[in-house]
Amino acid sequence: MGVLYFFLPLLATFLFSLRAELGHLSFRAYTNVFSDPQFQIKFPASVLWASLTIIFGVVLFVPTAYWVRLKVPQFRTPVELITLLPFVVPAIVYVFGLVRTYSQPPLLIVNSPGLLVAGYTVLSMPYMYRSIDTGLRAIDVHTLTEAAQSLGAGWGTILFRVIFPNIRVSILSGAFLSFAIVMGEYTLAQYLAKPAFAPYIALLIQNKAYEPAAATIISFVLIWACMGIIQIIGGSEQGTVTGGH
Amino acid sequence: MPFFVFAFLFLLYPSSTIIIRTFKDSETGQFTLKNVLNLLQNPYVLGAYWLSIKISVVTALGGGIFGFLLAYASIRGGLPRYTRSSLMTFSGVASNFAGIPLAFAFIALLSPTGMLTGWLEAIGIDIYDHGFTLYRFWGLSIVYMYFQFPLMVLIIAPAIDGLRREWIEASENLGASTFQYWRYVAFPILLPSIMGSMILLFGNAFGAFATAVALTGGSSMNLATIVIGAELRGDVLGDPGLGYAVAFGMVVVMTVVMVGYTILQRRAERWLK
Repeated sequence: MGVLYFFLPLLATFLFSLRAELGHLSFRAYTNVFSDPQFQIKFPASVLWASLTIIFGVVLFVPTAYWVRLKVPQFRTPVELITLLPFVVPAIVYVFGLVRTYSQPPLLIVNSPGLLVAGYTVLSMPYMYRSIDTGLRAIDVHTLTEAAQSLGAGWGTILFRVIFPNIRVSILSGAFLSFAIVMGEYTLAQYLAKPAFAPYIALLIQNKAYEPAAATIISFVLIWACMGIIQIIGGSEQGTVTGGH
Repeated sequence: MPFFVFAFLFLLYPSSTIIIRTFKDSETGQFTLKNVLNLLQNPYVLGAYWLSIKISVVTALGGGIFGFLLAYASIRGGLPRYTRSSLMTFSGVASNFAGIPLAFAFIALLSPTGMLTGWLEAIGIDIYDHGFTLYRFWGLSIVYMYFQFPLMVLIIAPAIDGLRREWIEASENLGASTFQYWRYVAFPILLPSIMGSMILLFGNAFGAFATAVALTGGSSMNLATIVIGAELRGDVLGDPGLGYAVAFGMVVVMTVVMVGYTILQRRAERWLK
């Protein structure tokens, strides 16, 4: 029964996506989507947002989580509370706050792509930060740091050449999870008026019949690939719960 | 630390804007409870909240029960080991497969020209004759369930893992029936976890926006999130202060949800260490 619930909508979408040509099954809808100039702008745009979000998230959260573990454990609770805050603020409420806060002088940055990336970093923060923190818990941060310091390493070297490689798996699973979130995200991109994949599918639903089915399947394959990679590289099953509905 | 600067600029400050402006008169800028009082007297907004709460309760209960049974069957149902890992993978994918694509998948399945609608018609059942519509309450509930029950599977699995074999053996040795084992042992232990997970599911549905918008176009179902979306596009409420109050109200509900979840989770951990 669970299997039926899971597969029937996908099967329906898939069969529907093959019916773009009258009378026989074809991949016409897919070629239509791939050759659509809109798709060629908006899909790579989402990939770009996702990549920037991951880079920004890693650069911001790895040193933070490391610093909290090593030097200021009393900050753990407030930092964890902040990283969980996006669960309390639904995406639509969050973007409402962003738009209203940053759409009047002197803070007129609502049109900047940076705001979207910052917003995505916030949305993916609970997953990214926790993933990194779990990774740090598994290694002996203190000993590694002391060993590196006694060999004469500076903070940059410690972070990028000692800590990074040791929590590579955690960073990667956080990254792929963030990738899946950003690729499927609609609310932020729509209200900050930036090109992205999910708003593109929404537009297709309004204007086309078979193409949105093809785009839906593409998006599903993408999520499946991300989750598969996380499993293969050894991420935990607990980490794979996200929001953004 | 850059982290706190970032969190302040892009999380705390925008969120506090909502809270501050809820309690600020949009014309005079003075402290006021007017916006909150307006919200409590506005039938349109209250109706939206009520609808959001109804659909969240229904899908949290439905998804919660279904997800729990599924997780229990795959973990303790004597099924082969791979059933469990594939269920976990499916759940990970399905709970992420949401929003716009999910809405379309159900349009392909259950809209008047959908696949399942056609199949049922072929065997003589016309669901649209029986008052079903994908674009209204029960239709939307079915779609929400698609991301609700996998989430339940993922968050309840550790609790089911924590049920020790010894407990069922001990109760059998003492002559308890299966019903008694469930009534006096397993259920009381699992109850905080189940309740906590369902509360989380409630919050998950309560904050959902993209799925509802893609499915209904934002017209036939006035959920609280859809009201905020409409308010953001153009001031549909005719009162900017009220818009902030609606957003603030959602944050309040979600805060209650997260606090409730944390408390129940602590209770659950007493047994499941």
